[in-house]
Amino acid sequence: MNAFNYTPENEQEFQRLLTRYPNSDSLLLPALWLVQEQDGWVSPEAMIYVADKLGKSPIEVHSFASFYTMFNLKPIGTYHIELCKTLSCMMMGSREIKQFIKETVGIEPGETSADGKFHLTEVECMGACGGAPAMAINGKYYEKLSKESVGELLKGCQS
Amino acid sequence: MIVNVVSKNFDIPNSHTLEVAQANGRYSSIDKLFTMSPDDVTEAVCNSGLRGKGGGGAACGPKWKLMPKDDPRPAYLIVNGDESEPGTFKDRQIFEFDPHLLIEGIICSSYAINAHHAYIYIRGEYKFWSDRVDEAINEAYRAGILGQKVMGHDYCLDITVHRGGGAYICGEKSALIESLEGKRGHPRLKPHGKECEWFFDNPATVNNVETIATVPFIVENGYEAYTAYGTEKSPGTMLFGMSGPVKNPGIYELQFGEKMIDFLNKVGGGMMEGKKLKAIIPGGSSCPILTADEVEKAVLDYESMWDIGSTLGTGGMIVIDEDTSMVDVAKNLIEFYHHESCGQCTPCREGTGWINKIIKKILEGEGSTKDLDTILDVCETMNGKTVCVFAPAVKDIIKSIVQKFRHEFEQEFK
Repeated sequence: MNAFNYTPENEQEFQRLLTRYPNSDSLLLPALWLVQEQDGWVSPEAMIYVADKLGKSPIEVHSFASFYTMFNLKPIGTYHIELCKTLSCMMMGSREIKQFIKETVGIEPGETSADGKFHLTEVECMGACGGAPAMAINGKYYEKLSKESVGELLKGCQS
Repeated sequence: MIVNVVSKNFDIPNSHTLEVAQANGRYSSIDKLFTMSPDDVTEAVCNSGLRGKGGGGAACGPKWKLMPKDDPRPAYLIVNGDESEPGTFKDRQIFEFDPHLLIEGIICSSYAINAHHAYIYIRGEYKFWSDRVDEAINEAYRAGILGQKVMGHDYCLDITVHRGGGAYICGEKSALIESLEGKRGHPRLKPHGKECEWFFDNPATVNNVETIATVPFIVENGYEAYTAYGTEKSPGTMLFGMSGPVKNPGIYELQFGEKMIDFLNKVGGGMMEGKKLKAIIPGGSSCPILTADEVEKAVLDYESMWDIGSTLGTGGMIVIDEDTSMVDVAKNLIEFYHHESCGQCTPCREGTGWINKIIKKILEGEGSTKDLDTILDVCETMNGKTVCVFAPAVKDIIKSIVQKFRHEFEQEFK
């Protein structure tokens, strides 16, 4: 009756992970990652599904998921742009990159473009300080950004 | 200035694959390891003076000795790869260029503390790097390096990679274990006496990635080879980072005791576009800031940094030039800390928020001298009154910026 089910591959990975920890409570984080990799976000139905699998209440899963900023609790655009805003990136020009994304795609941090293609999040230190300014698109890092390189990347996503 | 203890293979093409790694000395410490007893390994690490590279700088060997002896419960090694401290991006080099060194270090360290399962907790954003470590682990299993008989020896070991979910606080060791146990990353209260960590009530040790990656060198070459580097009280080497407006930002391995200004100018190539240096935050954003004058005197080892009122931290230096406003720097960092406070303790949750609001007000031209005093007062309220050292770190950095660059804040007043 659940609207969410793991794919057979993810179910297999879940079963493998069950053998890797002394207590199945540890699976909460990896189980939610499997959900997000499958659907792009963590829906309430998926939280109920994970709660059932791990013998937890749905609110426990929600409480956990809402603590960790990387879990999208709402659907987001096809391309998730995460732009680093912390000190080294700020000094090396992340504000200009943010302005450029706004001019090119028309979105501010926290917004999804009208066509549902892009979602921009300003994130805290990505651990790419030596390659500042840095951003990630759907988890893949791009560093030493310039307006030109970001323009190319966004164009690549459009085609 | 650059040395190669941990970073030896970083520049070798395909050094992350088992074949190239083994051709370049990886896993060569294992045969010697199993001629030693676990206590011998711990003793060698104690004698090497190896200190935790994750920011705290606690001695590694004595930490291992806190593991209970003859305890029937399974022991665990937990490797902290949650690297999230602004300015810090060193563990990622090990994940990317030498994951087999990390696995080798985990074998040595697990053997020393009698653990048969190790977890590597890697920050969620590092998907590329956790995948790379996962690939290396799979290769190691296939080659019989991990599993029931580690390289044919009578010792079994499993390693599991655990991906974080985007929370800075999970780099705090007890918050990391909470997260690994499927809970929110809230740091635990610390015991009065020294003891090991507990993972589902089983004894555990938490060590930083770089710390673990240093152990094979000590096992293979003996502790004297390690203490040949560095100073008497800070022996060895460290992966130092440099970011901000410098010519050659990056990660470089140095022995302890080098001059900070030499590191900046000789290795980092100096400031970009001939700009003047204004300040350096020495070891990740949580260390008290140093002015350009203080940088001239700074020496990169633990004791020297304490002597000038800062700390070495993770060795990830953030360089700030003359064009950058220190009020902007303070605002940027307090936004980080306000966002990343786990919210468990009131002084930290509220204090970071209040300082953020006050600096915003100053930037809007509405500030006064009284506001600077209020910031310093909030810093003191946060210091030493919380479960973990997050709030004291905020106090360290914010107080040092306000005190050393007070005039820049006053210039914002109307």
